[in-house]
Amino acid sequence: VSHSKDLLQLNLTRMSAEEEYPDLSQHNNHMAKFLTLDMYKELRGRATSSGFTLEGLIQTGVDNPGHPFIMTVGCVAGDEETYEVFKELLDPVIEDRHGGYKPSDKHKTDLNPANLKGGDDLDPNYVLSSRVRTGRSIRGFCLPPHCSRGERRAVEKLSIEALDSLSGDLKGKYYALKNMTDAEQQQLIDDHFLFDKPVSPLLLASGMARDWPDARGIWHNDNKTFLVWVNEEDHLRVISMQKGGNMKEVFNRFCTGLTKIETLFKDRGHAFMWNEHLGYVLTCPSNLGTGLRAGVHVKLPNMSKHAKFEEVLKRLRLQKRGTGGVDTAAVGGVFDISNADRLGFSEVELVQMVVDGVRLLVDMEKKLEKGQSIDDLMPAQK
Amino acid sequence: MPFGNTHNNFKLNYKVEEEFPDLSKHNNHMAKVLTKEIYGKLRDKQTPSGYTLDDVIQTGVDNPGHPFIMTVGCVAGDEESYEVFKDLLDPVISDRHGGYKATDKHKTDLNFENLKGGDDLDPNYVLSSRVRTGRSIKGFTLPPHNSRGERRLIEKLSVEALTSLDGEFKGKYYPLKSMTDAEQEQLIADHFLFDKPVSPLLTCAGMARDWPDARGIWHNDNKTFLVWVNEEDHLRVISMQKGGNMREVFRRFCTGLQRIEEIFKKHNHGFMWNEHLGYILTCPSNLGTGLRGGVHVKLPKLSTHPKFEEILTRLRLQKRGTGGVDTASVGGVFDISNADRLGSSEVYQVQLVVDGVKLMVEMEKKLEKGEAIDSMIPAQK
Repeated sequence: VSHSKDLLQLNLTRMSAEEEYPDLSQHNNHMAKFLTLDMYKELRGRATSSGFTLEGLIQTGVDNPGHPFIMTVGCVAGDEETYEVFKELLDPVIEDRHGGYKPSDKHKTDLNPANLKGGDDLDPNYVLSSRVRTGRSIRGFCLPPHCSRGERRAVEKLSIEALDSLSGDLKGKYYALKNMTDAEQQQLIDDHFLFDKPVSPLLLASGMARDWPDARGIWHNDNKTFLVWVNEEDHLRVISMQKGGNMKEVFNRFCTGLTKIETLFKDRGHAFMWNEHLGYVLTCPSNLGTGLRAGVHVKLPNMSKHAKFEEVLKRLRLQKRGTGGVDTAAVGGVFDISNADRLGFSEVELVQMVVDGVRLLVDMEKKLEKGQSIDDLMPAQK
Repeated sequence: MPFGNTHNNFKLNYKVEEEFPDLSKHNNHMAKVLTKEIYGKLRDKQTPSGYTLDDVIQTGVDNPGHPFIMTVGCVAGDEESYEVFKDLLDPVISDRHGGYKATDKHKTDLNFENLKGGDDLDPNYVLSSRVRTGRSIKGFTLPPHNSRGERRLIEKLSVEALTSLDGEFKGKYYPLKSMTDAEQEQLIADHFLFDKPVSPLLTCAGMARDWPDARGIWHNDNKTFLVWVNEEDHLRVISMQKGGNMREVFRRFCTGLQRIEEIFKKHNHGFMWNEHLGYILTCPSNLGTGLRGGVHVKLPKLSTHPKFEEILTRLRLQKRGTGGVDTASVGGVFDISNADRLGSSEVYQVQLVVDGVKLMVEMEKKLEKGEAIDSMIPAQK
């Protein structure tokens, strides 16, 4: 635990712990489950060497008691050290969120697309699009809830340098949010690439929208199948996507691009934040490990109304979202189906679950269309 | 505040040019004043409670402009902010408050008997009258920066003070977090309830943190005097009633405010005040009296007259929609109030409202009859 003398001048402990302890009585998020008064007492005097404190960590969870669709995490990291300095709180949160992942567990990274079996033949009559995203944090900089404008701009500058040097299928262009033309903006919206200033109070309350749109931007390749968001919820969000059901190709491009980008950053003296316990270190504890969400937009009008839909998803270790992403509802029987896990499984394993699981869901949909039962198709718990 | 001051020293690793905000698209008082030089001079400073320049300006960086009003774009985190960051705040204050100089003195006058008239605004036009101000309690930091412990203690002190009031001021406190549905509906119906701020001007300044912890509403049994605890300021004090008797509203305002101040002083927590800035509040726009005295008034004809804005300017009044700041008017009914806060007293500002509204109602009546109002256009006050 580092304390610099300068940081101790901060009024971290204005009044007693009892007087400062948040009221979490109406709350239902991972942070609220674990932050007892005793834990608050223990952690509130600490700060990481960049000055991130417990209050910064938990503010979003205090301000947002719960969410109608999902159990939110309720805390964020301000820098890489956060996960160490505040481990008393974050280890139980991580364990609760990531299916019992223990502080002594090791996380496996596998970005070799050759290890994925199949995935090139999901039925495009049902699977409308396929997408894989992850996040990456650049070591040496604070994370979006805490970073300064100077840091954010340095992250942007490094990112542009690295991305501009990509070639071939990955050759592309950067569009800074703050000086985008109307035409560019419209095109990015039409391509479903544009990200807006966050409106979710979960994000706003953590401070990650400060100084918007300064140093935020979107890079994408000329083919519009690979894009990178700079300085949104994480330093980088890397996305590979295309219409139809060829998840194998999407994942190939994802791994190839990501590996190239990582090399380019390393060449410039900046590794990605990673360790053998938590895998890739990201802003939200829910995205630790792979940070990977692989998903499809798939038509399941019959399946989604089936009494066992939720159970099937659970057994397949998948989750559903609306087609607008997190915090949205499904439209017209089309669902966003993706892996539920992030940590404790490798990238290949997670994408495999999506490929196999979606294939099964589509088979079930077809059966239900014909009025047939799906009982014999019910999967075991993965 | 969790994300601002805690790594101020860490930010000093970056050069001024690298940290200076991009204000090229901005139109607020802070953006007009803040140069790289001022930023460079102030960025390593903090108040004793740890409030920094970036904290002061965050709301103005995040909110480039506003369609209806020229926003301030900066807030104070504590009483000392106005001293430590005076190189920024003095020019902002001067620009916002009509040239108010760093050496000027502000006059406080809460003697309602000094108001002339004001009891006879025509209730056929003036639907309601209201006076509000804010007060900050000395020894605590302000809403953009205060901790839960401080906010709760402010609430505790406020509730003690308010529940000891009697007579026309006898009333009850309703904490936001334990309000029943019935209480909530009644407070909404009475137009008393304040909600979690949605305006990004406020949320970006950090004043909605921990909502609704230690926030609440106190009002008297008569429903003519209410106090908001821990919204944009420690206290917002409001006197209001239907109709045009602004004199009565102001009498109750002054009387209640002075009683509350006495009780706080007894507990060694006076209100933040100094002879230069008057009452110290979160937003520099509310310094001085912090007073907004206003009416909801029907001006369907006058409001569409080409000289409406000019008249308001000359009368030193401003218009808002009937939902308050950030809203538009509905059905020709406007919220008309004093534009000034600093450099003139409470009595003076309410007098402007009383005299100005009386004139505008007379203009409205003339326009109704199809007559011209040219002879009535006032001189600049």
